[in-house]
Amino acid sequence: MNGNHETLALLLFSAFIAVTLAITTWVSRNRRGSAEEFYAGGRLFSPMENGFAIAGDYMSAASFLGISGLIALFGYDGMLYSVGFLVAWLVVLLLVAELVRNCGRFTLADVVAARMAERPVRIAAGTSSVTVSVLYLVAQMVGAGSLVALLLGGTSGAARSWTVIGVGALMVIYVSLGGMRATTWIQIVKAVVLMAGAVVLTVLVLVRFHGDFNALLDSAAERSGHGSRFLAPGLRYGGTWTARIDFISLGLALVLGTAGLPHILSRFYTVPTARAARRSVVWSIGLIGSFYLMTIALGFGAAALVGSAEVRASNSAGNTAVPLLALVLGGGEGSTGGTVLFAVVAAVAFATILAVVAGITLASSASVAHDLYASLRRPGAKQYSEVAVARVAAAVIGVSAIGLGLVAQDLNVAFLVGLAFAVAASANLPVLLYSLFWRNFTTRGAVWSVYGGLIPAVLLVLLSPVVSGSPDSLFPGADFQLFPLENPGLVSIPLGFLAGWAGTVTSTDPPDEAKHAETEVRALTGAGAV
Amino acid sequence: MRHDDPWYDEPASGRGEPDGTGSFAPTGPPGPVNPRRGHSAADIYMEVQRSEAFQEVRRRYRRFVVPATIGFLVWYLVYVVAAVTAPGLMARPLAGVVNVAMVAGLGQFLTAFLLTGAYARHARLRRDRAALDLRWQTQEMTRGAGR
Repeated sequence: MNGNHETLALLLFSAFIAVTLAITTWVSRNRRGSAEEFYAGGRLFSPMENGFAIAGDYMSAASFLGISGLIALFGYDGMLYSVGFLVAWLVVLLLVAELVRNCGRFTLADVVAARMAERPVRIAAGTSSVTVSVLYLVAQMVGAGSLVALLLGGTSGAARSWTVIGVGALMVIYVSLGGMRATTWIQIVKAVVLMAGAVVLTVLVLVRFHGDFNALLDSAAERSGHGSRFLAPGLRYGGTWTARIDFISLGLALVLGTAGLPHILSRFYTVPTARAARRSVVWSIGLIGSFYLMTIALGFGAAALVGSAEVRASNSAGNTAVPLLALVLGGGEGSTGGTVLFAVVAAVAFATILAVVAGITLASSASVAHDLYASLRRPGAKQYSEVAVARVAAAVIGVSAIGLGLVAQDLNVAFLVGLAFAVAASANLPVLLYSLFWRNFTTRGAVWSVYGGLIPAVLLVLLSPVVSGSPDSLFPGADFQLFPLENPGLVSIPLGFLAGWAGTVTSTDPPDEAKHAETEVRALTGAGAV
Repeated sequence: MRHDDPWYDEPASGRGEPDGTGSFAPTGPPGPVNPRRGHSAADIYMEVQRSEAFQEVRRRYRRFVVPATIGFLVWYLVYVVAAVTAPGLMARPLAGVVNVAMVAGLGQFLTAFLLTGAYARHARLRRDRAALDLRWQTQEMTRGAGR
């Protein structure tokens, strides 16, 4: 690695920061400082703008770096992420987007609290939203760290840590100054840049193989060292039955998790109507689907052109497969083409991380200020405005995510995101679906459903091989592993649904029929929506 | 399509923020003639929920969404479970090195795109108009109603 691509990448990256900071300043020039403005950007984005922003929020570093890396290392088994991440959007489109837009104002808790006793429900839903967001943030921070390690050559620990800190700090500034409006524009710019980068690389890969997908797969299988097993399921999740069940658990978490992600739900509030929310999801499914198709080509391309062994040598989790692929596609190390492409990819990946971090930070600060602070504040205490609290919360969440990101540096990014999805699917999705569709759902059911999914999901992760008891875990020295699976989804998602049901049937208060009628009418017609 | 997406100033049932969220201009004083005086908003929502027009919107929504959701979830789970229980079948080559697993994966993408298109079309043609009419009616009725 020579110094040229570093300079160029840093230059491109600085340009992105300059552009986004300019956007932040521009959109906040006559900001009114209202909650409507800070959390929902005034609700006046068009479906196309919001569709790009959703795609920008969703196509994280985990997808661009992590999934391609997993495919480069494990072939077909990495593809599960691509498929799961896309199919998940059908849940969002069919069951969640329009109804949530009609019923809520800023957060997930708004939808549930409309039918239930407000305080306990808000505290529960706010807590789980913040947990999911922090887990997801850590994944993005780890992505930023491993990218920089590659960029600066070697694994300079200090450079890595400073990048994580820098990315976090920058995002806190964007979010607390610009709110949703600035965040949305950053997502849109990033989505365009990322799609363009992916298209260029995919075209280059296909041109290398003269458009012959078969030849691409063939040489990927050959260079991977696994032969045709590389193209069939089982390389990573094939051996023991524990590994196989882990695969199913991950698959379940991926497809059900998206609809419970707080930063995705909050995007539906930035458009004026449910109909616009639906059209923005259609836009984003088009963008996200084509993007994940490209990550498959890029992953197999990296296996074919770089080789699985070299990818693993650079980063054992595979996070650096795409930048390495770019270097080879441009003409190899030291060539001008390679240098330029490598720098572009590195800058795109940075932009991706920044934008996603901004989105999550904003959503979780909304949960803290709108749900937790508003419910937990002592009645007599001095009242701060909700937006001021949200700004402070953004800073606090940013700092904690930076800290955790520094600890978790050696885990695969896509895998970490899988955990965040599992928690979202266990704690947020059951309560959301029950509130929207179940006539007899009660306050106790809602509270039980959130904690009944959240606590098992978090506990099972702590007791899993991810945290202790295996050489690859977070604390390889300790061993308090009791749960065999890496992803808790298979157990904790049913538990979340079960707890919601149990809480409801054991409830002493009868369900509120009038509130249910109101929720149902508002959800399907949009009457009274803000 | 902004013409049928107007803003409406009826507050949601969420709490009003005391700290100046600013954007809820309170509705003007209710007109002198209010045919539904005496009805609370809760009664009105129950009434709308029981109306034939609303039941029809809900039926159309559910008739599409329930089978579609079951369908794509089952198809996805079959795909995931087949990968771990029938790796031999999934590894069977179909054309060149392209095997069953690869085709099934790309098939997931295809069905996702098709279902998205079908849902958007169904909602636009079969549901949007009726739902919008109900929205205006309900808001007209709740305007000025005690909550």
